Amino acid sequence: MATTTAAAPLRRDPARGKLGGVAAGMADRTGLDPWAVRAGFVIAAIAGGWGIALYLLLWAVIPESEESTGARRFATGRSAVEVGLGSALLLLAALLAARKAGVWWSDAAVWPLILIAGGGALLWRQSLAGTADEPGAPPLADEPDPAVRARRRAAVVSRTGLGVALVIASPLVFLALTGALTAARDVALAAIAVAVALAVIFAPFVTRLVRSLADERASRIREQERAEMAAHLHDSVLQTLALMQQRADNPRQVATLARRQERELRAWLDGQRRGTDVAAPPTLGAALEAVASEVEADHGVPVEVVAVGEGAGLDEHGEALVAAAREAMVNAVKHGGGEAVRVYAEVTPEAVQVFVRDRGPGFDPACVPGDRRGVRESIVGRMARHGGRATVHATPGLGTEIELVLPREGA
Amino acid sequence: MSAADPADPGAAPRVILVDDHRLFRSGVRAELRELVDVVGEAETVDEAVALIAEARPDVVLLDVHMPDGGGVEVLRRAADAGTSARFLALSVSDAAEDVIAVIRAGARGYVTKSISPAELADAVMRVHEGDAVFSPRLAGFVLDAFAGPAGGATRPAGRAAPAARADADLDTLTPREREVLQLLARGYLYKEIALRLSISAKTVEAHVSAVLRKLQLSNRHELSRWAVERRLVE
Repeated sequence: MATTTAAAPLRRDPARGKLGGVAAGMADRTGLDPWAVRAGFVIAAIAGGWGIALYLLLWAVIPESEESTGARRFATGRSAVEVGLGSALLLLAALLAARKAGVWWSDAAVWPLILIAGGGALLWRQSLAGTADEPGAPPLADEPDPAVRARRRAAVVSRTGLGVALVIASPLVFLALTGALTAARDVALAAIAVAVALAVIFAPFVTRLVRSLADERASRIREQERAEMAAHLHDSVLQTLALMQQRADNPRQVATLARRQERELRAWLDGQRRGTDVAAPPTLGAALEAVASEVEADHGVPVEVVAVGEGAGLDEHGEALVAAAREAMVNAVKHGGGEAVRVYAEVTPEAVQVFVRDRGPGFDPACVPGDRRGVRESIVGRMARHGGRATVHATPGLGTEIELVLPREGA
Repeated sequence: MSAADPADPGAAPRVILVDDHRLFRSGVRAELRELVDVVGEAETVDEAVALIAEARPDVVLLDVHMPDGGGVEVLRRAADAGTSARFLALSVSDAAEDVIAVIRAGARGYVTKSISPAELADAVMRVHEGDAVFSPRLAGFVLDAFAGPAGGATRPAGRAAPAARADADLDTLTPREREVLQLLARGYLYKEIALRLSISAKTVEAHVSAVLRKLQLSNRHELSRWAVERRLVE
């Protein structure tokens, strides 16, 4: 320790110093007690006053030690306002002392100088302290609580505003006290008059310019939307219309094409309206809609889907549910007598339910015919494996309805 | 809303068609020829309002999407003129905001244009008799809109309706109404619902009419939002 300090160059140490760190730095360099150095300065000051001059000189010429620069220098634990006020009072004291000593100039300079000192100290403290606007607090940007962050930011802004106001006020006070403000006021009035006149002359141009820029932007956005819409229609609707013309002799195919296109277009419009994120996993309703569209295309029987209470994206069990629903739909379009098949899905906090209903003659689940084995295997079995159940309601005259229930996790 | 005329169930209802697609009007006209008395057609909002005042139909089949304000505008102006006609909205669109907007403007029912002729005729008769007509999808929308607790903020969809609060009658569905709507959404006809729930068809109709009233008068956030969105689109 001793050797390193001895070899170290002379540096002020404001972190440990009482005033500017000169005495502490010298003590460090020489190995003396800092208080001894300070006592020397005080004695020299009382003796002939040159102690103060020497101190100020040393303070000015000795560079500050590196480890105490930056934010650390200002981590004094005092608020910026206190520092500003203190600086102003110190200067006032110094000026009064100078007056007493007979070194005096116009009184008009006193108040402006004090204002400048206070405001300047406030600003410097504010800007140099950087993010450490409150002693011991984390940097403003890291403040976790948004309310506290807003309050602290407001405090910083108001302190800075106060500093700026003080600094601006000081020349005005000086001018007012020396009587120069009257002249300055005339000039300012003239400048304001010219500015108003210019504003009146140019305001229409400026507003027109701003408006035309906004118009242009809006029309560009519209144009973009139109282009996007045209691209989509071209890829989908026009293609389908061309296909339908080719297949005009096959009404069933035409109907299927038309329905598939309708479904696609609706999904697209819906997505446009809601701004749906395409990358998000499909919801139950969307997945059922997609499956219904496939079944419809394969079998040529319309499948209508109504989904209520769309939840989050599908998990593994939800996918099994959709697969089971697909089997149920296939079953329904095969045996439903050609009338539209209705699919209803409802997501509640407790469970997900899907009903697939056709208007076929209905059948007794107890004596499932051989060709309907699929019901047992791919619907009932699959649901059971995923913790759900499937029930077939078949009432003669009411058609057949397959009910799929999947309890939701955590319910 | 129409000043509920007691309908004359004997005669075929006098119907006018309002749609800006001539092809569609002639199709519907041909389909309904046997079942109702089509007394006129209108192509624009202005024509429709004039025709409703002049022909005094029982039922107006109203297209939702037309230039100059669409079905909602016809409903508004016809109501201002004090019509007694009942309105059945008919549209290719089954987007929530379209459906809810015409229902809240006073339509007694809503069906999509893909409906079969027999079902359409049935819907016209039903509206003529003062009942409400809900397509399965409309029933789904209503269940969605009335899901979750009544009142302001949007909730995650799919919340079960809580027990009805006395002060929020209009903003919640009774359990029975929910059941009826669920069956409608599953594609059941009124008489099938009646069979299923062991109640009379008249009771089913009463439940549906009650839901329609709630749908038209409720202040639920979801409903007003859909209605507002629709108006912004127009």
